[in-house]
Amino acid sequence: MVQIVIDGQETEVEVGTTILEAAKKVGVKIPTLCHHPDQAVKANCRICVVEIEGQKLLQPSCSFPVWEGMVVRTNTPKVQRVRSNVLELILAHHAQECLFCSRNGNCELQEVTQDMHFTREVRYTNETRHGKDESSPSVVRDTNKCILCGRCSYVCDKIQSVGALCKEGRGFSTKLSSAYGKDLADSTCTNCGQCIQACPVGALTIHDDTEHVYEAMEAGKHVIAQVAPAVRITIAEALGENPGTVNKGRLVTAMKRVGFDKVFDTDFSADLTIMEEGHELLNRLQNGGTLPMVTSCCPAWIKFCETSFPEELPHLSTCKSPQQMFGALLKTWYPERSGVYPKDIYSVSIMPCTAKKFECVRPEMNSSGYQDVDKVITVQELANMICAAGINFADLPETEFDSPFGLGTGAGEIFGATGGVMEAALRTVYEVVTGEELEDVDFNAVRGFEGIKEASVDLKGIEVKVAIAHGLGNARKLMNAVKAGEADYHFIEVMACPGGCIGGGGNPIKNWKKMEKRLEGVYAEDKKLPIRKSHENPYIQKIYNDFLGEPLGEQSHKLLHTTYIDRSDIFKS
Amino acid sequence: MEEVRVLLRNVDRINPVSAVDYMNEGGYEGLKKSLWMSELDIIHEITESTLRGRGGAGFPTGIKLSHAHNARSKNKFVLCNADEGEPGTNKDRILLSKDPNSIFEGMAIAARAIGADKGYIYLRAEYPYIVPILEQALENAREAGCLGDNIFGSEFSFDIEIRPGGGAYVCGEESAMIESMEGKRGEPRFRPPYPTVQGLFQEPTAVFNVETLANIGPIMYRGADWYKTMGTKKSHGTKLYTISGNVRNKGVYEYEVGVNLKDLIYEAGGGIPDGRKLLAVQTGGTAGAIINKHQINMPMDPAYVADSGGSMGAGDVLVIDNTNDIVDILDNVLSFFVHESCGKCTPCREGSMRLYQLASGIIDGTTTSEGMENIRELCETMRLASLCGLGQSVPIPVLSCLDNFREIFDEYIVRNEKNKKIAAGGAK
Repeated sequence: MVQIVIDGQETEVEVGTTILEAAKKVGVKIPTLCHHPDQAVKANCRICVVEIEGQKLLQPSCSFPVWEGMVVRTNTPKVQRVRSNVLELILAHHAQECLFCSRNGNCELQEVTQDMHFTREVRYTNETRHGKDESSPSVVRDTNKCILCGRCSYVCDKIQSVGALCKEGRGFSTKLSSAYGKDLADSTCTNCGQCIQACPVGALTIHDDTEHVYEAMEAGKHVIAQVAPAVRITIAEALGENPGTVNKGRLVTAMKRVGFDKVFDTDFSADLTIMEEGHELLNRLQNGGTLPMVTSCCPAWIKFCETSFPEELPHLSTCKSPQQMFGALLKTWYPERSGVYPKDIYSVSIMPCTAKKFECVRPEMNSSGYQDVDKVITVQELANMICAAGINFADLPETEFDSPFGLGTGAGEIFGATGGVMEAALRTVYEVVTGEELEDVDFNAVRGFEGIKEASVDLKGIEVKVAIAHGLGNARKLMNAVKAGEADYHFIEVMACPGGCIGGGGNPIKNWKKMEKRLEGVYAEDKKLPIRKSHENPYIQKIYNDFLGEPLGEQSHKLLHTTYIDRSDIFKS
Repeated sequence: MEEVRVLLRNVDRINPVSAVDYMNEGGYEGLKKSLWMSELDIIHEITESTLRGRGGAGFPTGIKLSHAHNARSKNKFVLCNADEGEPGTNKDRILLSKDPNSIFEGMAIAARAIGADKGYIYLRAEYPYIVPILEQALENAREAGCLGDNIFGSEFSFDIEIRPGGGAYVCGEESAMIESMEGKRGEPRFRPPYPTVQGLFQEPTAVFNVETLANIGPIMYRGADWYKTMGTKKSHGTKLYTISGNVRNKGVYEYEVGVNLKDLIYEAGGGIPDGRKLLAVQTGGTAGAIINKHQINMPMDPAYVADSGGSMGAGDVLVIDNTNDIVDILDNVLSFFVHESCGKCTPCREGSMRLYQLASGIIDGTTTSEGMENIRELCETMRLASLCGLGQSVPIPVLSCLDNFREIFDEYIVRNEKNKKIAAGGAK
């Protein structure tokens, strides 16, 4: 421990603490921009500089460690003048479009400008970095708003190991760009949207598709929606409530009021995925199929695998994601039951995910004869729609999801968290293999935020080894082991976003602290449900009886399974 | 005024690639001596000599060695910073191409002192013709037992590799150089941690300028006491000076530290040709101070230069005659920094361009006294808040230029304000 003085307040902190952390401890708020609580220090924006007794220069508090007897001043006129000049330089090179920016009111640059009470005129002519990239169906990149903090490229490179974003040029003309200046759509970008989550301003935003949904409503289409498990975890947070507040009843009501004709629960098709994927795993185990089998629910992971591990594609489960399974059913089975023609259906899915926008336009996703899912709307976009409709989310009555897909199990519910698909699969596979009832359905070994989790499950004599990776950097590690033949797992779950879907790019802006709360929400919801195993879902049993036949059967194969392509030529310049 | 050739002793006298030639002139004696000394004794000797880094920052070499020595790790590195990018500096080029063994010897001694077995020379991208010279010299030195395993039959092994530079000015900044060597974009790292603790591949790394290294062999061979007989009271040894610009005899010269700037210009440099007069001198590179003709009676002693408003830098002297306009010179200096700022930190990335725009406005007529205030405020921000030495030192030429040529700038500003008033009047 070392004794230090910050703005006259004595305090004791651990060796290696940065001035920024120490200041927080004594209640001093230092403005930051390039700093992100979940990332390594960058110290490049220089807005957090402070005065240290005995030092000629100001030092960035985010990177500078304290030492015994250090005397720091964070708010002298000199410090404030320098900070204000640094801020002015940033503002002069930032698009002046705050009022119609999607981050308006939720922007760290605005917050800093406000906190520092910067109200004077900027002395420099406003310059713009040219280039708005709207090529991607998921992520919009607006260089004009970029402040070059490096948070997006950090998460893309260091956490996701994708490296789709890097600096180009130098000095004043430096800008973020994808490799060789290609459009994002033609780059290695997996559409995961973690860069959006990391961006302090509006330089990286979700590709907004709400307009299309309004158009479909206005055109009198039968607009139906499916809602992913993670959405109920984060929608309230997106509308200003505490992280971890879960309420599906209010969500359904709000969506009905926004104008959706039917609101279904993707938990149902999550259960369906477990049925298909569980049986696929059993089939591979019993008939010498390619092992380990790797989950395929995450479209960012799929594109990553197609790009970086094309030789390993046979490891991927052929199951479509729950979104696409549901999409196929909504334009095949649902019309049969509801009497609405598939061509009149506009199928929207509400997702925590930006990569789902890419998934739904993949050319192979049309087993109904139409594009199975017409549009994907993220949690952030849905929150905007609810807001724009003047709905006070906090005061809504509750409504049930619509039938005939009204029931999801706890197994579907936990899909939103890392390890959830694995746990759901194990709950079903155990009972199918052993023929015995699983007493304790909680597989705690596969839960939590550890980067790579491993477990082994005894299925009455058959030992099944499983691994779970979240974050593509961890997925890369696992896949390298698989490639090298060093991984003796049978089943691997991969989610591209750190924490799983509750950490998805389409959610409200997150950090690990919020993620802990969201995770609690997921498992609390699972516990509440009467049925917690996918194969016990009566609607699942019914749809197999009435329509699909059996898992891995002909109809399933046609509607619920898919193929992958080698995308490694993306690396060619 | 006589040249003292300690560092340039072998230049054009021996075959540069021959280790044997170098040894015949007393070369590698310093290394041989240090092989039988303790690490601490070597560091003590260098510390005693008061040798300071010759790359511009002037950090005491003994202290740097001591820090790297104290860092605990099996892998340590000695790096030779041969990214001589400062416009108007050519001293390292002479040493690299004419006496490379003196650099190898310095690196080996430094490696012996800190416990490193691997060294790299980061060679400026614009010096490709030196690569074969260095490679041949390294090969011959290994053959002669001066580098490689068990140097001169001792337990000590050390070898050197050449790393071609990335081509950016900022890569001369040691941490940007390390990033570049690791295959990354040449951008400086924040400090602490310092390279002596976490440098190349996160291992303790001591980075030295070419000229600094060339001093180490002679110091170890002839002793710190001998070294201290040269120079001034506070700064010792000799220094290489590159004289360029509007002088008769441009070139690299070696004098004792403390030689008078005036003598450098008029005696070594031979004065200004064609009957033109001196306008200004920029010492210490593009990031150095710009002084006027009344300020040149100044000993080139780092201890003195800074106090008198100049800068020593890597020993460059750029002579500017009266056919130039000082405002143009400033404009040119700033356009250099606009081009060379790496873009990592806000003050340098944005500030260099804004300073350049404001300085151009002095000539164009858009900069008034408010703009001049803005320049000074921006200089303060860049000096105090930039991440590395590049951004921190941009204000040096700017502020020295404004202060030392105040009348000229005042004239421009008076003109600009007058024109502005007329324009405003015309609008009525």
